[in-house]
Amino acid sequence: MKIIKNLCDICGTCVAVCPADAIIVSEFEVVINNQKCTNCSNCLKVCPIKAIKEGE
Amino acid sequence: MKNKYDVIVIGGGPAGSVAAKFASENGASVLLLERDREAGIPVRCAEGVSLKGIAPFIEIDKRWIAAQIDVATLFAPNGESAKMHNNGTGLVLERRIFDTALCEEAVKFGVEFVTKADAIDLTWKNGKISGVKINYLNEILEIECDVVIGADGVESRVGRWAGIKTNVALKDIDTCIQYTLSGIDIEENACEFYFGRDVSPGGYVWVFPKNKNTANVGIGLAGHFSHAKGPKKFLDEFIQKRFPNGQKIYTVCGGVTTADTLPEIVHDNIMLVGDAARQVNPITGGGIVQGMIAGSIAGKVAAEAVQKKKFNKKFLKKYRKEWDKKIGNNQKVMYKIKEKVLEMGDEKFNSLVKICQNIPADKFTVKALFSEAVKDDPRLVLEIAKTFVKSKLKLK
Ligand SMILES: Cc1cc2nc3c(=O)[nH]c(=O)nc-3n(C[C@H](O)[C@H](O)[C@H](O)COP(=O)(O)OP(=O)(O)OC[C@H]3O[C@@H](n4cnc5c(N)ncnc54)[C@H](O)[C@@H]3O)c2cc1C
Repeated sequence: MKIIKNLCDICGTCVAVCPADAIIVSEFEVVINNQKCTNCSNCLKVCPIKAIKEGE
Repeated sequence: MKNKYDVIVIGGGPAGSVAAKFASENGASVLLLERDREAGIPVRCAEGVSLKGIAPFIEIDKRWIAAQIDVATLFAPNGESAKMHNNGTGLVLERRIFDTALCEEAVKFGVEFVTKADAIDLTWKNGKISGVKINYLNEILEIECDVVIGADGVESRVGRWAGIKTNVALKDIDTCIQYTLSGIDIEENACEFYFGRDVSPGGYVWVFPKNKNTANVGIGLAGHFSHAKGPKKFLDEFIQKRFPNGQKIYTVCGGVTTADTLPEIVHDNIMLVGDAARQVNPITGGGIVQGMIAGSIAGKVAAEAVQKKKFNKKFLKKYRKEWDKKIGNNQKVMYKIKEKVLEMGDEKFNSLVKICQNIPADKFTVKALFSEAVKDDPRLVLEIAKTFVKSKLKLK
């Protein structure tokens, strides 16, 4: 999964549904660790502003 | 910052600042960490609370009250509505000011508070949590403590670091967008809720006034219904109809869990509070007061743990026990009602609002409304009745 950086509002909703602990939020950005990501696409489905897309 | 405290609280929201205050007030040395430049921003919240809910925690101050709510109107999918009165006992906050006021309160009681301090991991010694690793203005520091309180919001990772499973199912989180709309004309003391598959599947649209011309207008969709269209399109359609001239002076995204409290909220040396523990009312999505209540319990238990030098899970479970007694058991029932509500079609909402029209406005509550929703499930009705008797809340 991949974050569209200039769309992301850094709300952290994606982190709450990630079963793989693959998403990290800081004050400035959200980062998806594709080593850990299992492509379940929960984050993509829940993102309020559709700032997550498939791919690395 | 020192290099050791009794208690470190991660996250300066309502749950964290209250936890920090109670731990400090009861004798512990406490460090409160906030990642952002201040607590309370960005405001990812509709800012509605009950006066009764927050009064035990902070002296009421006009600085952080935008509006007082007398009436809530519920709109069914067919456009019919029913009114609930609550005589000024609902408040719409200015959370930016409110959250900071809570932090100031914590500081008054001796808490050390640091902003721009991002917790990035726990530290371990002999298999036990021994402190917190932080990124403070681009410098990595390790600070020791005996108890960690994770109050790091919906995006929580602190629990995961401790090996606690904190993720929720898609159906147990609402995906939200909210605008603060200005240039509109509304009643200052009335909030509105809109239900229905076309309006907000598995959730609702809210209008919480901040003054005569401005309101928080937002939407939450159940996560598993969100994908195709997403909350923004639903909300924009609603606004086009209801407030065509409204100007979006603030836009924010967010997530609200509508789950039960996590099965595990304590481990050795650690407790989770607030959104991090999923302590949100699964029906209303309200988490401010619940977080403060959880924070107050956890803070007290942390201080007691320090006094008695008992930091194991067994001792910290006192927090869980008290939480369940005060709110947790009630949340469990609310969660079951929510599960039923998720299955409800528009017809059911229409008939519910119809029923509510026949109840005098000052005699029913959101809880009563949703209790009506589960009437055809006798086991659940019984369970609800039991909880309400326990918590001395009246159904109707
Ligand atoms: C759109 C929307 C509308 C809502 N409307 C309402 C409402 O009307 N009424 C209501 O009661 N509730 C509402 N809620 C829920 C409410 O906002 C939350 O339940 C409440 O804020 C939870 O408080 P908290 O202290 O647990 O977490 P938060 O308020 O989220 O605070 C967590 C804090 O931790 C900080 N943090 C996170 N990670 C770290 C880290 N690693 N290191 C340091 N700091 C960190 C964050 O920056 C944040 O300041 C709404 C939520 C949303 C999304």
